Amino acid sequence: MTTIAPDETALEAVFDATVAADERIEPRDWMPDAYRASLVRQIAQHAHSEIIGMQPEANWITRAPSLRRKAILMAKVQDEAGHGLYLYSAAETLGAGRDELLDMLHSGRQKYSSIFNYPTLTWADAGAIGWLVDGAAITNQVPLCRCSYGPYARAMVRVCKEESFHQRQGYELLLTLSRGTEAQRAMAQDAVDRWWWPSLMMFGPPDDESAHSAQSMAWKIKRHSNDELRQRFVDICVPQAEALGLTLPDPDLAWNDERGHWDFGPIDWAEFREVLKGNGPCNEERISRRRQAHEDGAWVREAAAAHAAKQGEATR
Amino acid sequence: MTTAQPAETPSRPADWPLWEVFVRSRRGLSHTHAGSLHAPDAEMALRNARDLYTRRSEGVSIWVVPSAQVTASSPDEKDAFFEPSGDKPYRHPTFYEIPDGVQHL
Repeated sequence: MTTIAPDETALEAVFDATVAADERIEPRDWMPDAYRASLVRQIAQHAHSEIIGMQPEANWITRAPSLRRKAILMAKVQDEAGHGLYLYSAAETLGAGRDELLDMLHSGRQKYSSIFNYPTLTWADAGAIGWLVDGAAITNQVPLCRCSYGPYARAMVRVCKEESFHQRQGYELLLTLSRGTEAQRAMAQDAVDRWWWPSLMMFGPPDDESAHSAQSMAWKIKRHSNDELRQRFVDICVPQAEALGLTLPDPDLAWNDERGHWDFGPIDWAEFREVLKGNGPCNEERISRRRQAHEDGAWVREAAAAHAAKQGEATR
Repeated sequence: MTTAQPAETPSRPADWPLWEVFVRSRRGLSHTHAGSLHAPDAEMALRNARDLYTRRSEGVSIWVVPSAQVTASSPDEKDAFFEPSGDKPYRHPTFYEIPDGVQHL
């Protein structure tokens, strides 16, 4: 309905004022191209992570040790699919196409969280993922509920509510193993040993090397720095590990009275970069499985479309 | 379920129409916008909405509406469009001064 295009500086001023006032930007508002592109990149990567994240745990559904555990794991994996859909919808409000985003994932042009390129070797990994990987995700996502872009923030509110069950079931799973036989306890400890460091890497590179951080903070997409969130996560986990009766695999872990935080050892960023480059243990497997699943589902999509077309004709 | 069918239903899901989903969380409350999804027809949209937005008994009733059918006010003219109510504070009860001690008013 607008006939005269207001000049860009005026629009940008309105945008800046909205962000500064801590109000939300909504889909039909004017926004800088770079803000839009940055959000699409982040939300798509987040959506991809949710659906790729279904794989490592789905690996254990058929071998869950009880019906209770199996039902829980299925519900969790189904939630991850749901989270992916909330996020793809949010990305679409910015003008990105669903097919286009999936193509980008399948062809490796968009990334997903590196954590899912590690294998789930034992049943205890289902617990370690819930406790540590989902725990780190929650630490990242809670501040995103206040992100400046409305649809993304709203999707995060829903996701965070659901994630808390994910984290608690993982913790309970590990607790059960930890209180079990010596072999079960060892299995739980081994899983924590393998997932701890990759979980810390989930917060992204250190602040001084993070490519998008400063701009994202200025736009209030991001509210806290990578290192800040990582520290918060470590501080939360130490007492939780103690209650589990398991240890975190870091000899440098020590309470620092001066800082009021736990000090922790150096992170192997060379490993992080290798996995990011595609050289992790499961990069190839995850993507080919995803492509295969998409192709295998083609007939369902076609059938649904054919049915809709036929019904449409019948009622016309 | 005879709600608007798109003229043609393409086979690529991304080209399927977008539906806005409204959920009534319990009797006595109105339907509230929950989000959106793609589906080839209204029936599939309802089923998908159930799976996507009510996995934890969040609803007792769902509406799905083709997004293309939603007419929205333009964000560019929001000030002018909503301006008529801006200078009428007398529509609010707090506008009026009542002496202390007067009750039930």
